[in-house]
Amino acid sequence: MEIFQHILNALQFGSFYALIALGYTLVYGVLRLINFAHGDIFMVGAYIAFFVAVSLLGTGGLPLGLEMNPALALAITVPVTMILTSLVGVALERTMYRPLRRKGANRLYVVITALMAGLMLENGNLALLGATRKSFPDLIDKVVWNLGDGVSVTNLKVIVIVAAIAVFLFLETIVSKTKIGMAMRGISYDKFAIPLMGIPLDTIIVFTFILGSSMAGLAGILFAMSYPILEPYMGALIGWKAFIAAVVGGIGDIRGAIVGGFLLGFIEIGVVAVFPSTLRDLFAFSVLLIILWLRPTGIFGVAQTTKI
Amino acid sequence: MQKHTVTIGIFALFAVIAGLAQAGLLTPYHVSVLMFMGVNIMLATSLNLVNGYMGEFSCGHGGFMCVGAYVSSICTVLMFSKNQMLGAPLLPGYLTFIGFPVALLVGSLAAAVAGLVVAIPSFKTRGDYLAIITLAANYIVISAINNMEIFGGPRGFMGMSATENGMKAVLDIPWMLIFVMLGTLFTVWLLRRFVTSTLGKGVPAISQDEIAAEIMSVDTNRMKLIAFMLSSGLAGLAGGLYAHILGYVNPQSFDIMRSTEIMVMVYLGGMGSLSGTALAAILFTVLMEALRFLGVWKWVVIPLLLILLMQFRPEGLMGNKELSDLFPKLRKYYSFK
Amino acid sequence: MSLLEINGLTRRFGGLIAVNDFNIELGEHELVALIGPNGAGKTTVFNLISGFYQPSEGSVRLNGQDTKGLRPHQVTALGVARTFQGIRLWGEMHVLDNIRIAQHYRLGYSLMDCFLRTKNYTQREKAIDAIAWELLEAMDLKDCAYELPRNLPYGVQRRVEIARAMSVKPSLLLLDEPAAGLNSSDVEGLIKLVRWIYDNYPVTIWMIEHQMKVVMSLCSRIKVVDFGTTIADGTPEEIQKNPTVIKAYLGDDTI
Repeated sequence: MEIFQHILNALQFGSFYALIALGYTLVYGVLRLINFAHGDIFMVGAYIAFFVAVSLLGTGGLPLGLEMNPALALAITVPVTMILTSLVGVALERTMYRPLRRKGANRLYVVITALMAGLMLENGNLALLGATRKSFPDLIDKVVWNLGDGVSVTNLKVIVIVAAIAVFLFLETIVSKTKIGMAMRGISYDKFAIPLMGIPLDTIIVFTFILGSSMAGLAGILFAMSYPILEPYMGALIGWKAFIAAVVGGIGDIRGAIVGGFLLGFIEIGVVAVFPSTLRDLFAFSVLLIILWLRPTGIFGVAQTTKI
Repeated sequence: MQKHTVTIGIFALFAVIAGLAQAGLLTPYHVSVLMFMGVNIMLATSLNLVNGYMGEFSCGHGGFMCVGAYVSSICTVLMFSKNQMLGAPLLPGYLTFIGFPVALLVGSLAAAVAGLVVAIPSFKTRGDYLAIITLAANYIVISAINNMEIFGGPRGFMGMSATENGMKAVLDIPWMLIFVMLGTLFTVWLLRRFVTSTLGKGVPAISQDEIAAEIMSVDTNRMKLIAFMLSSGLAGLAGGLYAHILGYVNPQSFDIMRSTEIMVMVYLGGMGSLSGTALAAILFTVLMEALRFLGVWKWVVIPLLLILLMQFRPEGLMGNKELSDLFPKLRKYYSFK
Repeated sequence: MSLLEINGLTRRFGGLIAVNDFNIELGEHELVALIGPNGAGKTTVFNLISGFYQPSEGSVRLNGQDTKGLRPHQVTALGVARTFQGIRLWGEMHVLDNIRIAQHYRLGYSLMDCFLRTKNYTQREKAIDAIAWELLEAMDLKDCAYELPRNLPYGVQRRVEIARAMSVKPSLLLLDEPAAGLNSSDVEGLIKLVRWIYDNYPVTIWMIEHQMKVVMSLCSRIKVVDFGTTIADGTPEEIQKNPTVIKAYLGDDTI
């Protein structure tokens, strides 16, 4: 019954990838911008969660003089982290991407700016907090449910998986059912016509960044709770992988991010179950490369047709 | 005679640099900075062919550099040095003068073949999707080498210094510096010849309007194949030189961070400008050394500087202009027939 | 043997039939027009000929050779050049380069020649240059040889595009709405230019055009399509009187 254990692990890993991939895909879907800083926003989210949590628990951080019980601390940490992380995302958009967009700079320069912003977040964190790893406090009591045959699942795993699916449903509803979602889709078709229709372009874009970054913040908390060791480069590899997952799913499509994220989770766990774990990245990336060779626009992506 | 001024000037400069290094007037530190400058020029100009001239977004150049570095290192170690896995040297040291260039060539060819991984998908897809393929290719190369225990895996691979030692045993001059300078000149020369020919101009035609290019008789698949393979092959050459400068390589030095650095040089210099990219590579190398005192803050300051550059001069230092466009008088002093 | 022979050409996009059973035969040195209301499938026919689309059914033969499976640049190498409805010049390269690049299929030198700058390379580049300058001179574009296309007036851009097509040395020149967006004096110039090309080169010109003035003053034969199907074929006089054509353009007043 080892296989069920692997499936659960795959679902958990896939959830992290999916949550981060959603942020890439949202911004890309609206702006056609690969926000390469997104993986590092996830890292910042995890650190923010750490500082909020230890401040509330009274074990470090800001001397608030509080000694909350962990459950209450968690209840406050989640929204506060999501808000603070989305502020980071919005700050990047306001200070870096928007001025470039206004100047009509080549799209690639915006991408490079995003890459550089990510490096700044990573190394700024390293410079400010040092290379020592932070260990995240326990906010919930670990409960292990034995499902028989040696298969066990922790409450945390269930929370992660449920959170990913809930976030997917929430975003899918926003994008496909609400007016603001319609505006988001509109921008991706024609950035120039949207303001003419009386839709505030910049507001919608800021909203997109809020959504994407707060999801990265949520992923940060959940990741820190599952793997309670934080370091400045934790966002880099997982961010790149999530990005590849988003593209394999069909970047710009929310379903694609979820499917790509879980697919990557399953491939990785599947490889590790059979081969030595050092081969994980090699196999995972090779499979993704083959998928892109066969379906160049990803699983849900629609090929753009050019008219002449 | 006037037409050859620049060519003569370049060789004179090379001779002066080599002479200063030989006389000990340049410290080993300065010599190594100069060599890395050369390697960076090679990497940035070769990437510019794809990212600048062809308008694609290849972000895995470090992977091709890695292939070149490892393949040429394995060749020279096999030939000239004693290795636990690969056994005793096969050839005497004085043959390094032939062996080293051959090893570099083999490394470049291997990297060019690796370029096919990206070139073939580029027939069908472009833009962001192709960017991911290059990114994945970079990761695949790194993790493949990480898993090759015979070449040291993540611990790295060494023994390449035997090559320069073999040369120095014959004549004690800074051989590696000379090879790097020649390699840099060769790279820029080759790229320059390519992009100024009508054949090579098919590459920017693809970037500016691929459909028009295909319909107006440009074989776009062939052009993409040439551009990607030439670009990755020259990156492989740069990798080979890099490995032999250090005498030691490990897979981590060719990861996404390296690819990002190379991209930064291209965009700093301006897409579609060889001289701009070369200048940017020089500037970037100097900046990296000059800001060493900042310690960990270096990698906060450098991205910040680049972000500011993008804000105030989004087309890079030179845009798509060459030095000769900005200073037309220069044209009198060289000829690229 | 005719220059271009199209038999039963059909192209479907999903459920939409863009071109339906299209037939035409063009001989050497003709000047023909293809007209029809917007969305009638005219450009699709050109796209099928130039290899940009593959036909769903039917065949396109150039000098007897079936072009099935050929990529667009290979079709061009057989002597078919075209212009586009919206101008598609390479905007960041000067006019001279635009005209040089369109000679790619007969470069006549290899990549090695290019690296080594062999004698063959030098000679071929000279020949390519000569052809380009000859065309620039003939089409009165010499003054803007080093200008970027995007800095030129629209009418001049059109001329550059036609010059680029002519540098392919085509036996069949397809002009897709050459007069679109031109003012009346530019249209006069265009008519003169097309006439001049027709008189001076051994080329068959086939144009899609909406401006009847252009069509009537240039073409000896007109083919009319609507909803992908040919509804008339004949001389300008015949077409002007054809009731089906009038109905297609002006609508049916019996409703």
